[in-house]
Amino acid sequence: MFLTAAIALFIGMIIVLIRLYAGPTLYDRVLAGNAFGTYTVLFIGVLGFLTGRPDFLDIALLYALINFVGTIAILKYFRYRAIGDTSPAPRGTPAANGRLNDRGAKS
Amino acid sequence: MELFINLTLFSMLVVTALAILRMRHLFAVVMLSSVFSLLCALLFVTLDAVDVAFTEAAVGAGISSVLMLGTMALTARHEKMPREFSPIPLIVVVATGAVLIYGTLDMPDFGSPDSPAQAHLATQYLTQSPTDIGVPNVVTAILASYRGYDTLGETVVVFTACVGVLMLIGGLARRRRKQGEETK
Repeated sequence: MFLTAAIALFIGMIIVLIRLYAGPTLYDRVLAGNAFGTYTVLFIGVLGFLTGRPDFLDIALLYALINFVGTIAILKYFRYRAIGDTSPAPRGTPAANGRLNDRGAKS
Repeated sequence: MELFINLTLFSMLVVTALAILRMRHLFAVVMLSSVFSLLCALLFVTLDAVDVAFTEAAVGAGISSVLMLGTMALTARHEKMPREFSPIPLIVVVATGAVLIYGTLDMPDFGSPDSPAQAHLATQYLTQSPTDIGVPNVVTAILASYRGYDTLGETVVVFTACVGVLMLIGGLARRRRKQGEETK
């Protein structure tokens, strides 16, 4: 039964890889990367049960966390174009307000 | 069954690597390389190296893809076409790969109990670490106690590298932002 689940996961991974390669827009690719991370989590869980040692489930949870934080970081990059300090200027100055409006119009 | 899983994972790895080679759109290359490291992590998990797999996923799929995106925002989004095909890099890569594969021929089988790694020190750690240190997990006992200073040094090195990279990227972005304001 778990082998069937593993095969189904493999098929899903291949479909996601195709979308990642062909995907026309950036968001298709972000989504495909995130979905592949989810498949990794699921596959680690299934692999634990396949080999008779379901202790790996905790590790699968950690992968889910990494996947979530990584996707947030990538999307944050799209929005702000920076990793650490995302506040470009002190609030209230005309330059900061103008930049915020620019960004809103763009996205 | 294990052979089937390994074969499928390895063929997906090869397909991903070929896709990375063919792609010219750099954002897709970043996402594909994060998928590549997730596949590597899965292969490490099938080899029972769970901690290595976790490091690979955190560094390869997490941090390095964000760093590459940061670099991309500062440079360009598309790869330039190579001017002409030069055979020397291909020869170097193939020769290095052949030497590495030749080097693995002498290695003991995977999981063999007579391998040098299992023979001398591992049994000592396994039998003595519960009484020496009292930490139930042997890997944690080795990392945090037997090799405590080593781990501290590693952490300092990684932390310094992270701070350096963040300062480089942040400084460049700030300078570019200032230039943009001046031209406006």
